[in-house]
Amino acid sequence: MSNRAKNGLGVVSIVIMIWTLIPLLWIVATSLKGTAALGDSSQNVLGNFWPKHISWDNYKLIFSGGASDLFVPALWHSIIVCVVSTVISVVLATFCAYAISRLDFPGKKLILTTSLAVSFFPVIAMVTPLFNLWRQIGLFDTLPGLIIPYLTLTLPLSIWTLSAFFQQIPWEMEQAAQVDGASSWQAFVKVIAPLAAPGVFTTAIIAFFTAWNDFVFSSNLTAQHAQTVPAALSFFTGASQFVQPTGAICAAAVVVTIPVVILVLFFQKRIVAGLTSGAVKG
Amino acid sequence: MSTVAETTKGELTADEQAHLSDRAKGERRLGWRLAGPAFIVMLLVTLYPIGYAVYLSLFNYRLTDPAGKKLVWLQNYITALTDSLFWQAFVTTLVIVIVTLIIELVLGMAIAMVMNKVVWPRRTLRTVVLIPYAIVTVVSAFSWKYAAQIDTGFFNHWLHTLTFGGFSESYNWFGGRWSSLTIICLSEIWKTTPFMSLLLLAGLAQVDSAQEEAAKVDGATWWQRLTKVILPNMKAALMVALLFRTLDAVRIYDNPYVMTGGANKTETLSMLVGTETVSRVEIGMGSALAVILFVIVLIIAFIFVKLFKVDLTTSGRS
Repeated sequence: MSNRAKNGLGVVSIVIMIWTLIPLLWIVATSLKGTAALGDSSQNVLGNFWPKHISWDNYKLIFSGGASDLFVPALWHSIIVCVVSTVISVVLATFCAYAISRLDFPGKKLILTTSLAVSFFPVIAMVTPLFNLWRQIGLFDTLPGLIIPYLTLTLPLSIWTLSAFFQQIPWEMEQAAQVDGASSWQAFVKVIAPLAAPGVFTTAIIAFFTAWNDFVFSSNLTAQHAQTVPAALSFFTGASQFVQPTGAICAAAVVVTIPVVILVLFFQKRIVAGLTSGAVKG
Repeated sequence: MSTVAETTKGELTADEQAHLSDRAKGERRLGWRLAGPAFIVMLLVTLYPIGYAVYLSLFNYRLTDPAGKKLVWLQNYITALTDSLFWQAFVTTLVIVIVTLIIELVLGMAIAMVMNKVVWPRRTLRTVVLIPYAIVTVVSAFSWKYAAQIDTGFFNHWLHTLTFGGFSESYNWFGGRWSSLTIICLSEIWKTTPFMSLLLLAGLAQVDSAQEEAAKVDGATWWQRLTKVILPNMKAALMVALLFRTLDAVRIYDNPYVMTGGANKTETLSMLVGTETVSRVEIGMGSALAVILFVIVLIIAFIFVKLFKVDLTTSGRS
């Protein structure tokens, strides 16, 4: 490629990155504005974008101030619910995907088709019956009441990505190890597990993102005892009912965004591999 | 359940046959034992609610008035499909789907092609492009909402400067249906284009570069190479990306919910189901709407799979 083309693509890349990063920078900028600076463009630079004076008030508000009653529990709920549902679905999906890619049994295609169909369900279509049922059996507004529906988001995804990963593993190596005198279990632990681990790990990250992102289940199946951060954000109220707590929402938004951005930065390659191998294989 | 698949494989003695079919049976049992739990959980938490929704949709049932629960058969469906509010939400959803899909396809393809060819800053670009995909939708919705609001935002200031004062600084984006939908679509495009780009990038990687070179040598223009060589070669990836994005866009909920709450006729079908069930506790009607939405999604998936012959369960899975 000519140097001109190289630089041209470089410039285009920078434009793409600016377009990608502006909404993120904007959320950070807004979270750093004091109440007075929010609606007063004279206290900000770059056309009301970045604050002249950085204020940490919004972060104090959500961690120790008035909004902490809502935010801190919500953050814990998010972490617990997402980690538990990710673990459950990845464990179940690992067994399932292993069976699908390794064993010959009728119904394989049924399982894959069902999990695909499940991932096509409009999530909101499940909320109505679950809302009704959860109220009857006392799961409404509880953590298990969220973990169970989250499995419908994470399981199909996990089964698909893991099946795609497992199909690429050279399973003959397991038999070779067995021929060399290893027991089935040893062969599995020593040979297959290390090969499968990256796939399982990638799937876990993608499943975690999906659960972390959920708003529909959390906002409709909880009231106050199990709300996760995305739902809690939309229920924030300001100093009075009539003031939109813009700054506090942005601070909370930054806090929930940090873990996922860190995951993306560290595991960029794996996430891309996971996403594309789950969906497209030519 | 005792069909012997293994016997067709070759010349086997009776003893070996018995042994193999035992093994095959064992494998089947093990297969279901391993795959079963995931499958059962999936069915329990999805098929049951959907079945229950279908059942409830046949009733006139308010949560606040359980005694008044009455079987009305298809009355809820007839009411929904003849209600102008339903069609308004339908049009809103349709507009969002079409607009975001077209822009995301073009933009996503362009970004994928840049990611495929770029030399510097290759790694950084691939990482940065991935970030919006990982951002919580509600966060991105708030970000775009505040950016477009008159008092807190920067959109109007920037547009004012870029148009040399031509654009009014006090333009209210959330004052009307189409301007609200513009911001909703922009936010949706920002958030989900990366997903499209990544799937398309995977498709681009499958395009035979020798074929592309040959076309170039033969004097094909850039456009000819794109439409005659590149796109046909990545058909599978293209279809999968389009299918997933369409199904996602049809179910759009968080974005408009946060930005407008359905004001200015921006309520989508998903939001309609939500309001009906949770705010108005009209369980019967809400369920009917949920079933309608589900049927729409199924029809779209069916059309895609038939039209483009994408076999998602087997094609290309080695």
